[in-house]
Amino acid sequence: MRFVFEKRNTVSKKAFVLVPLVAFLVSLFLTGILLVVFKANPFVTYGSMFVGAFGSWVNFTETLVKAIPLMLTGIGVGLAFRLKFWNIGAEGQLVFGGVTATWVALFWTPFLPVWMVLPIALLFGSIAGALWAAIPGVLKVSLKVDETLVSLMLNYVAILIAQGLYYGAWIDPKGMGFPGTMMFPKSAWLPRFSGRAHVGLFVAVLLGFIMWFVLNRTKWGFEVKMVGQNPKAAKVMGVKIGKTVLSAILISGAFSGLAGAFEVTAISHRLQQGLAMGYGYTAIIVAWMAQLNPIASIFVAVLMAGLLVGGDQVQMMMGLPSAMGIVLQGMILFPMLAGSLFTDYKLKIISKESPEASV
Amino acid sequence: MENVQKESVPILEMLGITIRFPGVLANDNVDLELFPGEVLALLGENGAGKSTLMNVLAGLYRADSGRILIKGKEVEINSPKDAMALGIGMVHQNFKLVETMTVAENVILGLDSEDFILDLKKVGNRIREISDHYNLKVDPGAMIWQMSVGEQQRVEILKLIYRGAEVLILDEPTAVLTPQEAKDLNRIVKQMTSEGKSAIFITHKMDEVMEFSDWVRVLQKGRLVSVVKTKDTSPKDLSRMMVGREVLFRIEKEPSVPGEVVLKVENVVAMNDKGLKALKGISFSIRKGEILGIAGVAGNGQRELTEVITGLHKVVSGKIIIENTDMTNKSPLEIIKSGVSHIPSDRVAMGIVGDMSVANNLAMKEYRKEPLTKYGILHPKRIFTMAKKMITAFMIATPSPLTNVKFLSGGNIQKTILAREIGACSSLLVAAYPARGLDVGATESVRNEMIAERDNGRAVLLVSEDLDELMSVSDRIAVMNGGHIMGIVDADKSDIAGLGMMMAGVPLEELK
Repeated sequence: MRFVFEKRNTVSKKAFVLVPLVAFLVSLFLTGILLVVFKANPFVTYGSMFVGAFGSWVNFTETLVKAIPLMLTGIGVGLAFRLKFWNIGAEGQLVFGGVTATWVALFWTPFLPVWMVLPIALLFGSIAGALWAAIPGVLKVSLKVDETLVSLMLNYVAILIAQGLYYGAWIDPKGMGFPGTMMFPKSAWLPRFSGRAHVGLFVAVLLGFIMWFVLNRTKWGFEVKMVGQNPKAAKVMGVKIGKTVLSAILISGAFSGLAGAFEVTAISHRLQQGLAMGYGYTAIIVAWMAQLNPIASIFVAVLMAGLLVGGDQVQMMMGLPSAMGIVLQGMILFPMLAGSLFTDYKLKIISKESPEASV
Repeated sequence: MENVQKESVPILEMLGITIRFPGVLANDNVDLELFPGEVLALLGENGAGKSTLMNVLAGLYRADSGRILIKGKEVEINSPKDAMALGIGMVHQNFKLVETMTVAENVILGLDSEDFILDLKKVGNRIREISDHYNLKVDPGAMIWQMSVGEQQRVEILKLIYRGAEVLILDEPTAVLTPQEAKDLNRIVKQMTSEGKSAIFITHKMDEVMEFSDWVRVLQKGRLVSVVKTKDTSPKDLSRMMVGREVLFRIEKEPSVPGEVVLKVENVVAMNDKGLKALKGISFSIRKGEILGIAGVAGNGQRELTEVITGLHKVVSGKIIIENTDMTNKSPLEIIKSGVSHIPSDRVAMGIVGDMSVANNLAMKEYRKEPLTKYGILHPKRIFTMAKKMITAFMIATPSPLTNVKFLSGGNIQKTILAREIGACSSLLVAAYPARGLDVGATESVRNEMIAERDNGRAVLLVSEDLDELMSVSDRIAVMNGGHIMGIVDADKSDIAGLGMMMAGVPLEELK
């Protein structure tokens, strides 16, 4: 008896929904084994992770705080992935966006009307993210340079630029050598609505729905689909491939840049260590688990944020490493990628003795 | 040498092999039989399904239906490994050798039977033995990248003998060889068959068939059309079987009423993807209400010609004028906007986006314009309504307008493309192999649509390998060879022999 994968005649809608769910369960199981090795009860651990992330309003606001950058970066990289542009540089785009927003907040405030500081900081943060993504984008479109390496490497460049600034040129002179810039003026603070949860949440959710609309209901979205799924045919049909790819990459980077701008203006109110938290990498998991659907990305981002917050909780309450949440996140990707096979293929069992009998 | 006599059991039988690809029926109920010591030639035009059939045998494709018997026993071949275990080995057109490795390393690559710690000396000795036996002149220690194409081919053959192949499949083996090397190959194959091995040749060269083979099987559009003994046939007969001279059905059409010139191609020169000259000064024009057929063996510049006209390929020199406007090297979009439609040669790779719906695929030309889009916002309802109308008008068989187009049959994919392109066409229709691989019904409807477009006052450029199609559908036929136009003749005054001569490179002037 042998197993053979056969291409399905129709894309399975059921698999589209089931695969992420099953992938999540499988990753819970696999991480469970690891927890047993750590001599922890998986059920208790998962329980306290859940309580830690969603158990109370206070805890939930912390989850939302982490979900906001994951939503934005997840939607951003998801857009690039649709065009088979493997942007794994969301982390760098986020950091560069944060740095640029900091620049506006710290140095432009005296020259701007009070109400304009924040919008300009956010706008410039987004533009900076877009420009940071444009580097691998232009190289790919014009010279066919591999975008994976370039976007990954630029993460380190952005992180080091940020470090260079908050350790050096922009260090707070009254900070007694503590690495970080001065606190932003209040006019550059993004309002919070509960705990640390800030209005960026509404912006991110709104942008998710807008992105869905743009992808499914606009001429540009139509072209993105064509180029992403069959660039050759798109070219024959008169679509300008380079322009479409590049515009999507710029938007992809802008989403991450905005996430970085939110982080500095709403959470830390200064540029300091901790801006590069790995959101840009988790974004990849968010995008895949949401199957590149921007609205689904919103919910997946909350789940992933829950794992991060829950992981912190089990560290405090059970003495387990907080990385457990991250392990769980990573574990999702494998069954997810393996499972996506089932949306296009079905399993066929063939008995070797009688080939006729196979159905 | 007792193997030499013909055994009653064929070493290999294929029964009713059918293979469907998205868009084409590649093999349609094909049978094949091979006895030990025999050489079989598989003859057919490009796209007749020869390589596909052999790839099933080699374990690269799976047949949708049909059976394979080795020495009378039914087998299942799911991988090249399975095929090799059954004694079937294939030398592909593009050799599967690792250039940076030696002959010996290539020969044992992927073999399970070698010990974990390689004894390359032992392998080398065995290779030398085989090489001496068949006079292959192959050095086991030589690097592949340093070898000529002929030598590399001998390595491929040696690889198969080393692995115990009983049936050798050679895919157009002489296409890359010098005449001397081809002769040598013939000698090697003869020696192998005298020892009871068998071989299958894929080819479309007549002289090769006559020289090498015992039997010929002719494929045409995926179907087996004849089986003959080589010594009972002639190159002339074979070419008739291969091209399929008899017209399967007649096309009813009125004589054309040409109007003013729509497309004028003036002295166009263009390079192919490898930077070699593919078009060497092409000139012709097409009028309103006229179909110009382009005949020629594939790879003589037809693809480049359709692509320079549609803006997908750059012109080096010369001019392309569409409705009195110079459109040389304009973008595909600008050319589309001038009313030019294009039915591309590779319909699945270039004509559709498989993962999008039939409705969306039907809208891929008109989506830019009102009423389908306004201020950049699409109207899915209007796309759906338009698609429904087109599906009815062109009789596209699809479960729903929202079905992904990749799930349709080849004929229906082509009808989808036709519906879209004809709908958007207002000046010139460029159709490359529009009926290739389609069944009789779909072929007929495609051809009738071409003529209907002509009668609607469009100019049509029809590229085809099928002379019957060109002679019955087009009004004039231009024959291409080596990037030149050999001559342009009126379709009703043309004959297959004359067209064939021009396809082989004889200019029209010399024919008379």
